[in-house]
Amino acid sequence: MAASPHQFDHPARLEARALGCVRGGRAVFQALDFVLDAGGALLLHGPNGTGKSSLLRILAGLLRPAGGRVLWNGAAIRDAVDDYCSQLHYVGHLDALKPLMTPRETLGFFAATRGEVALADEALERLGVAGLADTPGRYLSAGQKRRVALARLIASPAKLWLLDEPTVMLDLDATARLEALMGEHRAAGGLVIVATHTALALPGAARLDLAQFRPTAARRAIDGAGAALSFEDETW
Amino acid sequence: MVRPFLALIGRDLRLAFRGGIGSLVSVVFFIIAVTLFPLGVGPSLDLLERIAPGVLWVCALLAAMLSLDRMFHDDHEDGTLEQIALGVLPLQFVALAKAIAHWLTTGLPLVLAAPVLAVLLNLSTKGFVILIVSLLLGTPILSLIGSIGAALTIGLRRGGVLISLLVLPLYVPVLIFGVGAVEGAIYGFGERAHLLILAGGLIVALVLAPFAAAAALRLSQE
Repeated sequence: MAASPHQFDHPARLEARALGCVRGGRAVFQALDFVLDAGGALLLHGPNGTGKSSLLRILAGLLRPAGGRVLWNGAAIRDAVDDYCSQLHYVGHLDALKPLMTPRETLGFFAATRGEVALADEALERLGVAGLADTPGRYLSAGQKRRVALARLIASPAKLWLLDEPTVMLDLDATARLEALMGEHRAAGGLVIVATHTALALPGAARLDLAQFRPTAARRAIDGAGAALSFEDETW
Repeated sequence: MVRPFLALIGRDLRLAFRGGIGSLVSVVFFIIAVTLFPLGVGPSLDLLERIAPGVLWVCALLAAMLSLDRMFHDDHEDGTLEQIALGVLPLQFVALAKAIAHWLTTGLPLVLAAPVLAVLLNLSTKGFVILIVSLLLGTPILSLIGSIGAALTIGLRRGGVLISLLVLPLYVPVLIFGVGAVEGAIYGFGERAHLLILAGGLIVALVLAPFAAAAALRLSQE
């Protein structure tokens, strides 16, 4: 596959400092720190309910952290939300695909909300769904919808990719395509943060186990109750 | 900034257009509800003429409310809203674009259907033009105020009922001055003041409602 034509000029750095997260009155994680430089990848893992999705939403600026700060190139994202948002892509659990809209229209619309023009054909081609460009969303399978959601990453370039369980619903072919895309993105100076439970080839990726940042009280409760105790669903 | 704004309105219109009859629920409800009155109160032309402005406005109010719960709900459910929130458009303008799209798909059809129904209710010819003008000024206010209610009830099951409780009290001034304008024109005590107040209300709603709705949208993202 050809290298991504888009090269990011300025090196970027994402930092989390002493991040804490409280959901529904319960502390999910605290004192979380990491630094990620251009070309780097961070793999989030940990049992259900340790706050992987919440961390990604905080990093996307969709959720306010209970404590700590997120820094983009040394500046707090809170102070320049608009500028920061235009440099990231967030692909969450929801595919954001309308039953009545085609993948091409969807990509065009989301690029327009970012003030850009979509590279829709290229993006769908890279995810292997070029033939479905004009098929309304209601006729797509779950895996195909997922591919279209991931095509947003290519349709309008952004430095930072935040991917929440991207491989759910994907077949082996699509997973390989995603791995290739992430490799190219990093080679071009992009950053990738992925939360996943499945094996994903990310050479040289740093790993962050969110279970380590569980508040002590909660950790004690979990340990006391045994490993079988499952936390609440993490999708919120 | 302008392109994302227009893209959002354009997408909503396209979805409404493709949604077929489902998008016309409001105006169909309006037509049916108004048609029930001559059947209910009897064919007395004097009585119908007397109640026409009020019936038309009340039914328009209820019809405009009918489609409010869908304003943000679908986009919230399928994740589109968080993608829009990550775009360049500030949430105030997202809310404004949604309200405009709601008016174009709900309010405008009501304005277009109103003259035909006015004939059915034997509305005095002196009131026709003012009825249309008052609806043109009033229905956008309904969409704007409605956007606040829709944004507040975004994540709730059965939010539609709650929206009506939140929004209907705020619709009362629009109803009073809308009906006042039409009756003023019919009975000759002037419609100007009522229309000016409606226009003023529209300006205030245009400026303030998007901010309130944006604050509610921000809460829903948490």
